[in-house]
Amino acid sequence: MMKKIFTRPKALTESPFHYCPGCSHGIVHRLVAEVIDELGVADDTVGVCPVGCAVFAYNYFNVDMFQASHGRAPAVATGIKRSLPDRIVFTYQGDGDLASIGTAEIVHAVARSEKFTSIFINNAVYGMTGGQMAPTTLIGQKTTTTPAGRDQEETGFPIKMSEMLSTLDGAAYVARVSVHSPQHIVKAKKAIKKAFEIQMSGKGFAMVEVLSICPTNWGMSPSESLKWLEENMIPYYPLGVYKEPAEVK
Amino acid sequence: MLEEILMAGFGGQGILSTGQLLANAGMMEDKHVAWIPSYGPEMRGGTANCGVSISDQPISSPLVTEPTTLIVMTRPALEKFGKAVVPGGRILINSSLVDQDIDRDDVLVMKIPANKIAEEIGNPRVANNIILGAVLELTGIVKIESVVESLKKVLPPRRHNMIPANQEALERGAALAKELK
Amino acid sequence: MSKILMKGNEAIGEGAIRAGCRHFFGYPITPQSELPHYLAKRMPEVNGVFLQAESEVSSINMVYGAAGAGKRVMTSSSSPGLSLMQEGISYLVGAELPCVVVNIMRGGPGLGNIAPAQGDYFQSTKGGGHGDYKLITLAPESVQEIIDLMAKAFDLSDQYRNPVMLLGDGVLGQMMEPVELGDIKDVKQTEKTWAASGMKGRNKPNIINSLYIQPEDCEDMNEKLFAKYAEISGKEKLWEEYQLDEADIVLVAYGTAARICKSAVDKAREKGIKAGLVRPITLWPFPDNVIADAASSANNVLTVEMSMGQMVEDVRLAVNGTCPVHFYGRSGGMVPLVSDVLAEIEKLAAGGDR
Ligand SMILES: Cc1ncc(C[n+]2csc(CCOP(=O)(O)OP(=O)(O)O)c2C)c(N)n1
Ligand code: SF4
Repeated sequence: MMKKIFTRPKALTESPFHYCPGCSHGIVHRLVAEVIDELGVADDTVGVCPVGCAVFAYNYFNVDMFQASHGRAPAVATGIKRSLPDRIVFTYQGDGDLASIGTAEIVHAVARSEKFTSIFINNAVYGMTGGQMAPTTLIGQKTTTTPAGRDQEETGFPIKMSEMLSTLDGAAYVARVSVHSPQHIVKAKKAIKKAFEIQMSGKGFAMVEVLSICPTNWGMSPSESLKWLEENMIPYYPLGVYKEPAEVK
Repeated sequence: MLEEILMAGFGGQGILSTGQLLANAGMMEDKHVAWIPSYGPEMRGGTANCGVSISDQPISSPLVTEPTTLIVMTRPALEKFGKAVVPGGRILINSSLVDQDIDRDDVLVMKIPANKIAEEIGNPRVANNIILGAVLELTGIVKIESVVESLKKVLPPRRHNMIPANQEALERGAALAKELK
Repeated sequence: MSKILMKGNEAIGEGAIRAGCRHFFGYPITPQSELPHYLAKRMPEVNGVFLQAESEVSSINMVYGAAGAGKRVMTSSSSPGLSLMQEGISYLVGAELPCVVVNIMRGGPGLGNIAPAQGDYFQSTKGGGHGDYKLITLAPESVQEIIDLMAKAFDLSDQYRNPVMLLGDGVLGQMMEPVELGDIKDVKQTEKTWAASGMKGRNKPNIINSLYIQPEDCEDMNEKLFAKYAEISGKEKLWEEYQLDEADIVLVAYGTAARICKSAVDKAREKGIKAGLVRPITLWPFPDNVIADAASSANNVLTVEMSMGQMVEDVRLAVNGTCPVHFYGRSGGMVPLVSDVLAEIEKLAAGGDR
C-alpha cells in the first residue's frame, strides 16, 4: 500500500506540493487523484478548490479546476453541476472554509442533495492565515486567537459537521475518516471512492470529512501531530459512516 | 392628452386586473400606456392600488401621484388619495362600498352603487367595469369596444361567456356618466 | 408582430431566454421578484435551470460555477442583495467570466425601502467590489428597451469576458408597458474554449481562477483588464440625444429619471426654453464625449437623478469646467416630478446666459 501512495497518480500534475512537511493535504490530494484514476473519470471531472492552504490545488489536480471564494465552493459546484449534470464535480475545503464562513452554502447544497462530492479537511485550525481558531478547534486547544486554549464560555463548542449534515435528508453519504496511519489512509481512500461512486450513481450529495494534521500551526513535529490527532481529535470526532444510501447498507 | 388614472381599494377586488384591462385597451388603440402597481409593504393590510397612464405622447413617469381620475373602492383610499386629484379632475366612488363624501368642489365627484348595479346585471364580479364604463364616458380615453376587444385577449377562452355581462356593465356605467354630463 | 403588455421584470426574464440564457440563480427581494417568478415558470419550458439559492452570496457563486462551465447565466437582485454579491462579482471579473447581473434598485442605505431609487450608481459603475475593475452597465428606460438590450448584455459579456450589469429601478421593474417581442431567433454564441467543463480529451486542464499570487502577475492581469476596458470605452458607448438642437440647458439623466426629464424638456420647449437631454444608456462606458459636446454650446448642464447625486460627478468630469453643472435629485425612494424638474430648468433659464 505505501508503495502505491508514492507512485504519482495521473490525476495529479507534475507541480510539487507547496504544503509543509507532514501536512495531510498532500496525502488527501493523492487519495482523491488515485480515486479519479481508478474510476477513469479524469476527462469528466471538474474540481473546486477553496480559499485556505489548498487554494493552489488547481495546480495539482490534473483535471479542469475552479478556484472559489472563501466558503462558497458548494455554491460554485452547484452552478457547475447544474450546468453540466453528466460531469463529476468535487469540492475540496478546509474547516474554516466549510464549517465557518461557508456553513450556509454547505448546508443548503446538502439540503438540495446536490450531486457532487465534498472532501472536507478538518485540521482543527486555520492553516493559511496563521493558526487561528477554527470552528472545529477543540476545547482547550491553543491557537493564535485562543492563546490560553479554547474556552467554551468565550468561544462556544466545536462543530461536528458530519453529524450535523447527516441529519439532513439530502445527504446521501457522509463519513468521517482519518489519515494518521497507513491503515486509516486505506480506509480514507475507500470512503472517498464511495463518495465519488455515490455521485456517479446519481444518489445525491456525498461528503468525506478527513481528520488531518497541521504540524506548522499546531507547533508540533509531524509524528507528534499524528499522535495528538489520534488521542484528542478522534475521541471528539468519532470515525465512521454517518449516512449512506439504504440499499448499500 | 394625458390621462393618469389611479385605482385604489382592497386586494381581491380585481383592481389590478381592471387597470391592466384599461391599459390593454389603450394599447390596442395604439396609444402610449403604462401600468404600475403599488408593491411591497403597502400591499400589507390588504390595500391594492394601481396607476394607469394613457397618452398620445410617450409617458414620462408611470407613477401616478397626481391623478386626473381617481377610482376608489374603500374609505381609506378616498381619505388617502382624494386630495391628490388635480383640480378639474374626477373622483369616482363605489358608493356600495364607501358611504363617505369628499369635500372638494374643484373636481367632479361621481358616486356609483356599482355592486348594486352588478347584482341587477346578475354578476357581482362586473362591478369594477361599471365604474370603468363611467370613466371611459367622462374621459373619452378609450372606446368601450376596445375594452371589450381586450377582454377577449386577457380572458381565457373558457371565460369568454363572461364578456356580455362585462359589456353590459361598461355600457351601464357609461350611461350613468352621460346623464351626469 | 403585435404588442403585448409586459412587466419590466418579466421582460428581463424573457429577454434573457431569447438571448440564449438557460441558467438563473437568485434569491427573492422586492422589487425584482417577478423576474424569478417568471423564470421559475419559463426556464423549464426551454429545458433551462432555475434555482432559488439560499442567499445572494450563493447566487453569485453559482453564477461563477455556471459561467466557468461555459454557460450563459444570469442572477438578479435589488440593492442590499447586490452589496452581498460584490465579492463574487470581483471574482468573476478576476477570472474573466461572462454573466449578466441585474439590479432593480430600491431606496437605501441600509434596509432602506422598496421604492424606486438610483442610489447604486457608484456601486455599479465604479467597481463595487474590491480591486480595480469595471462592469459594463446598461440602464434601460422602458420595458421595450429592456427587451432590446438583453441580447446585447449577454453578447457584450461573452465578447469581453466581463460581467455586465443591467441597472434599473423599482419603477422599471414593476411597470407594465406594451412591448414588441419580435421573433425568437437562433442565438449565435461564441465557443468558450476556456471553460472548465471537463477535459474531454483536451491534454491541458482549464482553470477558472482569479488568484495571481505574484504581484507582477497581478499587475499584468490588471493591465490586461484595462486594455480591454479601453477598447470597450472606445466601441461600446450607448446614449440617446433628445431635443439637443441648440440646447442652452442640457439635462443628463438615465432610466426612469430620464423619462421624467423628457417630459420636462418638452414642457420647457413649449415655454420657449431651449432645453435638451442626453440619456446615457451605458453608464459605463460613460458617454462623456457626447455630454462634453452638448455642454460646449450650452449655458448650463443639469443632472437629474433619483439619488443625492452620483452620476453628476461623471458629468462634471465630462464637462470639465466648460459650463456650470447643476444637480437636482430626490432620494430614498422618492421620484422627482416633472413639475419639479421644469422648475429647475426655469430657474436656470432665468439666470440668463453665462
Ligand atoms: C472573505 C475572506 N475572508 C477571509 C479570508 C482569509 N482567509 C484565507 S484562508 C482562511 C482560513 C482557511 O482555513 P481552513 O479553511 O481551515 O483551511 P486550511 O488553511 O486550514 O487548510 C482565511 C480566514 C479570505 N481569503 N476571504
Ligand atoms: S499550514 Fe498547516 S494546513 Fe497549511 S500547509 Fe502547513 S501544515 Fe498544511
